[in-house]
Amino acid sequence: MTEEAAVSLHDAPTRPMNMIEAINDALDIMMVRDPDIVILGEDVGYFGGVFRATAGLQKKFGRNRVFDSPINECGIIGAAVGMAAYGLRPVPEIQFADYIYPGLDQLVSEAARMRYRSAGEFTSAITIRSPFGGGIFGGQTHSQSPEAMFTHVAGLKTVIPATPHDAKGLLIAAIEDNDPVIFFEPKRIYNGPFDGYYDKPSRTWKGHPGGLVQEGYYKIPLGKARIVREGAALTVLSYGTMIHVAEAVLAEKGIDAEIIDLRTLVPLDIEAVEKSVQKTGKCLVIHEATRTSGFGAELSALVQERCFYHLEAPVERVTGFDTPYPHSLEWAYFPGPVRIGEAVDRLMKD
Amino acid sequence: MAESQPGPRGNLPPLELYVPEPRYRPGDVVDYSHLPVPPAGQLARPDEACPASETWPMTTDMIRVLDEDDRAVGPWNPGLDPETLRRMLRLMALTRAFDDRLYRSQRQGKTSFYMKCTGEEAIAIAHAQALAHDDMVFPSYRQQGILIARGYPLVDMVNQIYSNRADKLKGRQLPVMYSARDYGFFSISGNLATQFPQAVGWAMASAIKGDTRIATAFVGEGSSAEGDFHAAMTFAAVYNAPVVLNVVNNQWAISSFSGFAGAERTTFAARAAGYGIAGLRVDGNDALAVYAASRWAADRARANQGPTLIEHFTYRAEGHSTSDDPSAYRSAQEREEWPLGDPVMRLKKHLIALGEWSEEQQEAMDRELVEQVKVATKEAEKNGVLGHGLHHPFHTMFEDVFEELPWHLEEQAAQAIRERETKWPEWKGDGA
Repeated sequence: MTEEAAVSLHDAPTRPMNMIEAINDALDIMMVRDPDIVILGEDVGYFGGVFRATAGLQKKFGRNRVFDSPINECGIIGAAVGMAAYGLRPVPEIQFADYIYPGLDQLVSEAARMRYRSAGEFTSAITIRSPFGGGIFGGQTHSQSPEAMFTHVAGLKTVIPATPHDAKGLLIAAIEDNDPVIFFEPKRIYNGPFDGYYDKPSRTWKGHPGGLVQEGYYKIPLGKARIVREGAALTVLSYGTMIHVAEAVLAEKGIDAEIIDLRTLVPLDIEAVEKSVQKTGKCLVIHEATRTSGFGAELSALVQERCFYHLEAPVERVTGFDTPYPHSLEWAYFPGPVRIGEAVDRLMKD
Repeated sequence: MAESQPGPRGNLPPLELYVPEPRYRPGDVVDYSHLPVPPAGQLARPDEACPASETWPMTTDMIRVLDEDDRAVGPWNPGLDPETLRRMLRLMALTRAFDDRLYRSQRQGKTSFYMKCTGEEAIAIAHAQALAHDDMVFPSYRQQGILIARGYPLVDMVNQIYSNRADKLKGRQLPVMYSARDYGFFSISGNLATQFPQAVGWAMASAIKGDTRIATAFVGEGSSAEGDFHAAMTFAAVYNAPVVLNVVNNQWAISSFSGFAGAERTTFAARAAGYGIAGLRVDGNDALAVYAASRWAADRARANQGPTLIEHFTYRAEGHSTSDDPSAYRSAQEREEWPLGDPVMRLKKHLIALGEWSEEQQEAMDRELVEQVKVATKEAEKNGVLGHGLHHPFHTMFEDVFEELPWHLEEQAAQAIRERETKWPEWKGDGA
């Protein structure tokens, strides 16, 4: 795996894209390269998906490779397992992460276990794309962040990009990976980064360095975190939308924080985590998902196990509350600048 | 506060919950005269390319070929030559001999678990005979006959059952959950009916690629209640997938009779009509009828005419598994009184009626098959039996979770090895 090399070619041509365009570009590039890739899911065909991630692909690659599916996630993922057993490389879309549960048995007991239970005779090279997270007034069934349900499953990889550039490179790596990958797309930042101030006008990716996407094929390896900002005072571990919120809050507070975008939760880049926390001595974990048994609990435990003698303060977790995602009180649920700011103050008070 | 016991409203009758109950429980006298068994040879055989609706009358009737006089009759008679019939008989008898021996092995403590298919041998063997050798089968756990019919080495089956050092699945799977890619036999799951939508997906992939191979899948009538069944039927219908979907209705799902999967309301084959696909209901103890229906459905799928749902009507003559004692919930008389007889005996009597076989030949063959299975089990025992040391190298426990070992599994593997060294200080690494 030598993927980052291509990314660092400074003279590679780039194009400004939002995250949807970057994902669409990755799918397009991969479908050209590999005739075994097929895309199925609700509304992904002629219409191009409710978020437009597959727009134009059916027209370009035909109905045999990009097609609508019945509204049946068990069937979508179950059929994908069978297709992968045949030798295809399906990239199904689950329209919202909240809808993935009817397909859970096919994902957890089948796709994730296929290589192990058949001793490698059958594999599930499937990348399941799904928009996740809140902040778009989606109510409780269009806003969830269920990543911890998947990181808990042996045999699944979980990937979450935070920029268009990363979304493209990570999706290409996920599709080429020979294990099943859950690829959660933070839908709040499809069209632009979000600093957590919901009452301010929303931004686009224009002008954001992560919105400059290289042309053509490149990969960002799974299991490799990105240092968003180097710093010495505090380590922030996060992913997806919350990266941008954390960046804004810490800049506003003028704290020299090291912000790490994990990008892949399983396998986790433990080296990057250890190195940073051992340097700063303080760790703040941020995710939008509910708190109890969230991935933050795993991160907090790992940091405590591996960096205890470097810690100058208890690890802090900032998360969504342990309630369903409410509709009208969406922003009261969201772990925004106030909740993050409080945690930062506690960590930095000495 | 809601009232715990709402009173009657007006003159409406109180609602009643119906909970199905099988006709016979332990000790009951069994009488199957209520069960319609149509005479053999009566049903018409439509063309494989017919509209699905032409098959629907057949979903509530029953395709039968072997008649009371052991003759093959009617338009569904596949007209197989005696050599093929003898081969099928031999494979069915081999499957039974294998089951008997491995059942005893479990009782002798050589493995943890076993599942017989006694009484259902015709379904797997005749179905396999009707397929091309490279069609892909997505089995449930009671189609060991397909593996046997396709020539998978018995010794490899026993190695898997013993979870020993030669087990191709590295001792990871419960006994009988085989996987044999080279034999077109998909990895068996203990989570029921998951293979149904997978088979449809495999068939869709075959169609996407312009291949000629079809997929077939099996579930029991009990697990046809799973949502996966509906997913598979919907996808098969929507994409006209080249797949044969089989429901083995053996009347019992552990202790739950078929009524808990809806059998009191309609047949399982009749579900085909609701999805608009072809459906056939077949005497599962009649090897010729199973062959004919399977061949019809396979030919239909291969000719791009779409999927078929087949209900194989049969009886689970033994317990669900070695962990089950059916005398606790059903009458022992059911097996004796089962009106469709024993599939092995029926095919044997047919061959004898044709003048192509004899009781003496049958006895000689049975002795030979018992010996063949014995040789395979002895051979497998050299590789170890469950719990007696000879298993796959220790580190294989952590392999194949992912293609590459991530850091957290490397750390956990090191932990497991330390535990082992602590418990057995003389342990020198793998294998023992």
